[in-house]
This record gives sequence, structure tokens and C-alpha cells, in this order.
Amino acid sequence: MNLVAHLPILPVVVPLISAPIAVLSRRGSVAFVLATTASWAALALAVALWVQVGAEGTISYAIGNWPPPWGIEYRIDTLSAFVLVLVSGVAAIILPYCRRSIEAELPREQHYLFYAMFGLCLAGLLGIVATGDAFNIFVFVEISALASYALIALGRDRRALVASYQYLIMGTIGATFLVIGIGLLYLMTGTLNLADMRQRLADVSDMRPVLTALAFITAGMSLKLALFPLHQWLPNAYSHAPSAVSAFLAGTATKVSVYVLLRFYYSVFGAGLVSDLGLREVLLVLSLAAMFAASALAIFQTDLKKLLAYSSVAQIGYITLGLSFESVAGLTASIVHLFNHGITKAGLFMLVGGAVLVMGGSDMSRLAGLGRAMPLTSFGIVLGGLSLIGVPGTAGFISKWSLIVAALERNQWWLVFAIALSSLLALAYVWRFVEAAYLREPAQPREGGREAPPSMLISAWILVAASIYFGLDSSLTLGSAMAGAQSLLGAAP
Amino acid sequence: MTELIFHPGLLLAAAAPLIAWLRGPARTAAIVAAPLAAMILLWRLPQGVLWRGQFLDYAVAPLQLDAAARLFGLVFALMALGGGMFALRQPNRLEIPAAYLYAGSAIGVVLAGDLITLFVFWELMAVGSTLVIWAAATHASYRASIRYLMIHLLGGAVLFAGITGHVAQTGSTLFTALTLDSAAHWLIFAGFLVNAAAPPLSAWLSDAYPEASWSGTVFLSAFTTKTAVYVLMRGFAGTDLLVWVGLFMVFYGIVYALLENDMRRILAYSIVNQVGFMVAGIGIGTEMALNGTAAHAFSHILYKALLLMSAGSVLYATGRRKCSELGGLFHSMPATTACGIVGALAISAFPLTSGFVSKSMIAQAAADSHLVTVWLLLAAASAGVFLHAGIKFPWFVFFQKDSGLRPADPPASMRAAMYLFAFLCIALGVWPQPLYTLLPYEVSYEPYTAAHVLTQLQLLLFSGLAFFVVLPFLKRTATITLDADWIYRRLLAAAARRGISTYRLVASALANRVQALGRRWITAMNRNGTRERLFDRSGSTAGMAVWVMLMLIAQLALYHLF
Repeated sequence: MNLVAHLPILPVVVPLISAPIAVLSRRGSVAFVLATTASWAALALAVALWVQVGAEGTISYAIGNWPPPWGIEYRIDTLSAFVLVLVSGVAAIILPYCRRSIEAELPREQHYLFYAMFGLCLAGLLGIVATGDAFNIFVFVEISALASYALIALGRDRRALVASYQYLIMGTIGATFLVIGIGLLYLMTGTLNLADMRQRLADVSDMRPVLTALAFITAGMSLKLALFPLHQWLPNAYSHAPSAVSAFLAGTATKVSVYVLLRFYYSVFGAGLVSDLGLREVLLVLSLAAMFAASALAIFQTDLKKLLAYSSVAQIGYITLGLSFESVAGLTASIVHLFNHGITKAGLFMLVGGAVLVMGGSDMSRLAGLGRAMPLTSFGIVLGGLSLIGVPGTAGFISKWSLIVAALERNQWWLVFAIALSSLLALAYVWRFVEAAYLREPAQPREGGREAPPSMLISAWILVAASIYFGLDSSLTLGSAMAGAQSLLGAAP
Repeated sequence: MTELIFHPGLLLAAAAPLIAWLRGPARTAAIVAAPLAAMILLWRLPQGVLWRGQFLDYAVAPLQLDAAARLFGLVFALMALGGGMFALRQPNRLEIPAAYLYAGSAIGVVLAGDLITLFVFWELMAVGSTLVIWAAATHASYRASIRYLMIHLLGGAVLFAGITGHVAQTGSTLFTALTLDSAAHWLIFAGFLVNAAAPPLSAWLSDAYPEASWSGTVFLSAFTTKTAVYVLMRGFAGTDLLVWVGLFMVFYGIVYALLENDMRRILAYSIVNQVGFMVAGIGIGTEMALNGTAAHAFSHILYKALLLMSAGSVLYATGRRKCSELGGLFHSMPATTACGIVGALAISAFPLTSGFVSKSMIAQAAADSHLVTVWLLLAAASAGVFLHAGIKFPWFVFFQKDSGLRPADPPASMRAAMYLFAFLCIALGVWPQPLYTLLPYEVSYEPYTAAHVLTQLQLLLFSGLAFFVVLPFLKRTATITLDADWIYRRLLAAAARRGISTYRLVASALANRVQALGRRWITAMNRNGTRERLFDRSGSTAGMAVWVMLMLIAQLALYHLF
């Protein structure tokens, strides 16, 4: 069997298989090794795919040799390869972190289940990105979502259950909307293959069901990607989940939902259809609302994890703002921010998880004096915070820069100003942490500085360092993002 | 680039962590050596673009030197040296490193050949100066530093928007002369003016600077406003609007300084006033005016630092800062009094002081350009300067009534810094030629003509007379003067609180309303009402679902109706 030929499906299959084996082993340590190996293998495969796509262009893979559009097709283009690398990379870096973090947060008998769920969630997210089949997308959305409900519910206090329940209700509504949309599209085109769907849509005379499908898919995915004001499930889910889960979901789940939206908009409906409908204006308004309202809400949080969660909602606003431009520059900004924010926020949640472990909670009052107690952790959080603000030299700056360039291309000066202004709000919420960590005296004096376990600290710092690195050398991220944007809009690569 | 060239600003900024780490004599040596090394480097560097680089497909020039940049860089390094000496006995170990970071990034701004480098150093400067204010470690200074930082980051955001616009439009990051012909250039202009303490955001200066420690204010007085002067000079020389902005600042500074009671706040308003002269000079924009502006910035940094050192010594010795609580200190602090008077004479542009040889150039440039109104206003303002800074400050602090305080002169290191700057103030007044050769354009100006000296002496004499005539009205009581910062310290804060609570109210009311509607509809649909109880049990989940429904309905309506 030639493994290279099966490359497109392997990143999905490897973690998917690791999950049942992990359950069968019933041993936390075995499950940990399995999940870690699977995620690193997935990363290696994703990178291999990325290189191959870069060299040879889009790869199409027919499952069971059933040629598309009859069989299920896996289709990897520049954008999906890029997102695959992001998702598997974040997972691969988080898994070594999980070991100590999960030991501290979960009872021993749940460990192997945790790793099984983690593997399933990863397989689901990678599957969404790799597949070229609409119904397959829905299936993987459900796989990843069900796994993430369980992962969130593992959080150590009882509010995690409520948060998970709310996420479950909302996620189910979102997925239902998605499947209704896909159903309508199937009804009108008679195919589930995305590329085929696009061709056949051109011949559809009655546009009403198609537009309805667009509305359902937009609403459903807006819910999943936590577009303001459909974000309300997110803060609780992120802040009550186990730290490793918060980090993983913050870095990947919403980003993959953005990917789905992009895929449907540009690979199925086509740029022409989407831009005539007033969708751009809706996205623009909601993105701005997210950038300002969610940032303002973040400033008033007393819990650091919740603050970061609201900040995620605000940063998602930047991503959808780029979407609303519907230009190569705008989509480039969206995609690059999807990556930059994914690694930054995952790194931040991991560091906060370490702080929670040592300080016993993520409430600002508990974190007072963190700068002295855990200098490496809090310095990392500050660096990640700088990237959230978009200070030059951090990955966040590259995102903001490309977003501003996109706004200028449309001659929208007020947007440039709005972007700059909302980064001031980001500064204010990052400042909340700086103030607590460096300026406030700890409530009770603690015994000398004790950092988080090295395995957690190193993993987290890899992501923080990456968010600085990609701020200094952006050729890799910006280049991939631009190639992805061009292929989506059908412009010459 | 064949040989390795050090960046003087980075050198100074890099000394900051070293100074924070060192102790004892080694620390003192580093504090003195770092600015000296920066000065020597600046002196020896050739002119032109020295560093080139690439950032995001744009060519950048992080190190570029010309005559004006050298002049400003030199005086910034000199200022760091004097301030560092003065602050040697400052117990707070953060202050000098922060100030060196601040000074180093100020030098970085003037040596930046492109707008991106400029922006990075610009923001570093905001951080450094905030840390200097912080180092006072009082509650008031902390709050002031936050307000200060917010204003500067706002200015930075405006500047950044302008820079990106400029780069996107022209495809070049190089910092050349600009004109106010596009939104981008207006934004850059506005960003620069925020740091120059121009109206309407002048109040940050007098709000924040006096809250720093007795030595911190000395550092603060020099860099932020003068880098703004430098970049305005380089980017917007000859913009008419600047003449009027500058004149406004001149008179704003005088009026508020006359009303003020806090000695260091008087001097802070006087910074606005002096920067006003420079901004007006940039607006006039002739070679003479720009020379005058550069020279005035140079001498202003020295005498304002000297004045603030003497005020800092008084604060150090007495712990008091209000004019109404001070007075009669000349008995026991003769050295401080003498240095304060030298600084006061220099700021009033007394002949044989540095102020005289520089300020008169700006007035002369106005006269040469036949701007009669401007010339008259500048002359009137010169008299005003003498009133508020030249006489008011020394009179109320060192003479006036006897407050009964008998503190000694400050320690030797502080006295040495004051003597150094006092010497420079007089030396520049007596031998202006070395300063003139450093100026960006050739100087053909002769300050010591009989007409110049006589005019200035008359002006000073009459305003001095006026001061003592109106003295009873100037007696300061402990009052608070209202300034534009009230708008953001009180009004906007209240509005923000109001806005957030209104948002919450409206959002929850809206969700409730729609939820109630839906509930009624559902109850009507199934009479037994089982679903109603479900909704009740998890209110917030239902609220979220309502939002999803609204989103879907809105989109459906949008696509099908239009």
C-alpha cells in the first residue's frame, strides 16, 4: 500500500483510531502516549500535506476509490492545509501539557477517557477541514462538538456542567441549522460534493431555497464560531472547562468554524452571490459590535479566564471583519488572524492554566502579585497580551496590519480608526492583568516563587514564542494566508 | 554597511537593565557613562542613512542622521546625563532605568529614517515615560500615569492609523516632508500634536508631570514634547495652522501658570508655553524660524531641566510643593536659589542667557516674514513668560514671606547636576556660536545688537514692574484650576459607566421582550404549557436561542426581501 497516496485522510484517521484504543486500554498513561503520538503524527502528516499542496497544488482523494462526486472526496488546498497545520500543531503542543494539568484537575479514573475524547475532538476538527463533502462536514462537526461537550463537562466545578449543557444546546442548534442548510442545497443540486455543488448551483433557476440555505448555514456557523451576539455560550464554556481544554478549544474550535463558513461562502455559493445580499453589511456591523462590546465586557471581568474568553469573542470580530471586505486583502487578514490568534490564545490559556494550578483559581484577586510568584508564567501572559493588543513585533500586529491594509483598499478610513481604537480596549483588558500581577500585593504572603511544572511551562512558552516569531517573520503565515485567500476568490495564485 | 555602527538610542536604552541590576559605584559609573557614550557616538556618526532593513516588503531605515537629528539627539543624551546625576540619590531603583529607556527611545525617534521605526520608538517612549511617573510610587502618581498612558496610546493609535494610510497610499515608509492633503497626513499630524501637548489635549502634561518624583519630573520635561517638535519640524514645517496652534499654546500656558499654585505644575504649564513658541516657529517655516526652533528646543531643555531641578531640590528638602506653603528658602538654600534664578533668567530670555540667543530668533523670523500680528503676540508672550516663570516661580518659592522652613541645600550629586546645567545656560548665552554651528541651516543671526538687547531689557523691566504692581492678585491660595482633562477624567468616565449599564439594560430587555413574545406564542400553540416550564428553568439558554432565532430571521428577511 502506498501511504503517500493516502496522505489526505491519514491526519483524520490516526487520531480517530487512537481514541477507541485509548478507551480499551483503560490506562491513563497509555492513553496519554497514544493521544500524544497520534497528534504529533497528525502534525507531521499535515505538514507533509502542506508541503505537497505547496508543490503540486490541490490534492483530491477519493475514499474507497469511489470517484467524486459519487464517492466522498477529501480535498486539500492551500487553505485547508494551512488550517490543518494550525489545528494539529496546537493539539500536538497542548498534549504534553495535558499530562500534569489533567493529573491535577481530574480524578485518575477519568484520565483515559479524557485522552480518548481529546483524540475524537481532534479527529473531528481535522476531518471538517480535510473533507470536500458537505454531509461529511456535518458529521465531523458533530463528532468534534460531542467530544468537546464531554471535555468541557469534565471541568472541576459544577458550573462546568451548566456551561457544557448550554454549549450542547447551542451547538446542537448550530449543527441543526447547518444540516438544514446542507439539506436544502442537496435538494436543489442533488449532490453533496462541494465542488460539484458549486457547478450545479449555476444552473439552479429558483434561488429561494439556496438563499434560505445560505441564511441557515450563516446563522448556524455564526453560532459555532461565536460571532457576537451569538457568543454567549463561549465565556462560560471556556472559563469552566479544564485548562487544557480551554486552550485547545480556544485555539482551534472557533477557527475551524470560520473555515467552514469560508468554505461554504466561496467554494459553494461563490463570491458573486454572497456579496450581493447585504451579508457583508451584516458581518461588518456584527464584527464591529464584537470588537467593541466584547472588548468592553472583557475589561470588566474579574476572572482571568473569562476575560480571555471575552477577548476571544472580540478577536473573532477581527476575523469576521476581514471576511466582510470580500477582497483578497480582507480574506488574507482573516486567515492570518485565524492562525495568529489561535496560537496566541492557546498559549495564553495554557499559561493561565499553570497559574490556576499553583494559585488555586483564575480570579484576579488570587492572581495578585503573580509577577513575583510566577515570573515566567506572568511574563508569558504579558507577551501574549501584547500580541492580543497588536503591538509591533508580535503576531497580532501582522493581523492588524493586514486588516488595516484591507480597510484602506476599500478607502474606509473610519474602519482603520475603529481597529486602532479597539486595540486600545484590548490594551485596557491586558492592563487589568498587568495591574493585578505586578502592581497589587498578594492577599496573603506565599512561600517563595513556585512555577508551574516544566512540561506545562515549556509547552505554553513554545506557543508564546511562536506568536512572537510570527510577528517578526511573517512570510510563512502571510504567504499561506494570501495563497488561501486567492484560491478562495478564484484569483490567480 | 562595512563597519558595525551602534545605535546611540539603543545603546542608552540597553544600559537601562544594566543600571537596574548594578549596585553602588558601578551603578553610578554606568549612569554617567551611558549618556556620555551616546553623545560621543552621535558626535562621531556620519550623516545619512546608516542602517537599512526590510519589514513587510517595505524598505526601512532604522538609523538615519542629519544635522537636526544630531542636535536633538545630543541634547537628549545631555539631558539624560544631567537627569541621571540629579537622580543618583533617588531611592526608587526603577526611575533611572525607565528614564534611560525613555531617553534612548526619544533618540531613536529623532534618528528614525522611516515611519515604522519612528512609531515603534514613539510607543516605547510612552512606556518609558509612564514608568518614570510610576516610579514616584504614590497613589496619585499611579492614577496620573494611567491617564497619561491612555492619552498617549490614543495618540499612538491615531498616529498608527495615519502611518499605515500613508504607507498604503505611497508605498513608501520613509519619513519625508508631508503636507496636509489627505486623511492619512492629518492623522499623522494629529498624532504628533498630541505629544506636543497641543490643544485640545494639552492637559495631560500638567496633569501627569507634577505627579512624578522630585527627580522624575526633570526627565519628563525634556523628551516627549521635544521629540514632537522635532517630528513636526521634519514633517510639517511651514504649515500655517501650526502658527496659531503654537500661539494658542503660548497663551494657554501663561494663563494657567499664573493661576496655578503648585510650583512644579507652574513649570509644567510653562513647558506648554515654551513648546508653543517652537510650534509657532515651525509654522512660520523659514530657515531662520526652523533654526530658531531647533536652538530654542536645545536651550529650553537645559533651562527647564534646571528650573525643575531647583524645584525638585525644594521638594526633596521640604516635601512641600505648593507656593502658598513655601517661601523664604533663600536663607538656607543659597545654591538652589541661585540655580533657580539662572534658570528663570534663561527662560525669560535675559541677555547673556541661553534663552536670549534662541527665542529671539523665532521672533526675528516672524518679523522677517512680515507676520506683524504673530510678532506682536510673541513679544507680548515673552513678557508673560517672565511673569509666570521668570519671577513668579523664584519669588514665591525662595523669597516672598518667610515660611519658617530652613532646609539645607541638597546633596553634592544634585548640586553638581544643577551647576552643570546652570553653567550651560550661561555659557550658551555668552558664546552662542557653538550652538549655532550645530543648527540645521546656516546662521547669519547676530543676537547681541543694541536694538535686540534694549528691546528685550525694556520688555523684561516693564513686565517685572507689572508683576509687583499686581502682586496682591497673584498671591496663590490652595485652589484647583479646571482644565480640559476634566472632560475625560469626569465626563467621559461617567458617560462610559452610563453607556455600559444602558447597553446591559437594553440587551436584556430586548432578549426578555422577544422571549416573552415567543413564550406567549408557544403557550398558545400548546395549551398544556409544558414547554413554558422548560424555558423558565434555563432562562439564559433560552435567551441565547432567541438571539440565534433573531439572527436567522434577520438573514432570511434580508435575502428574500431585497
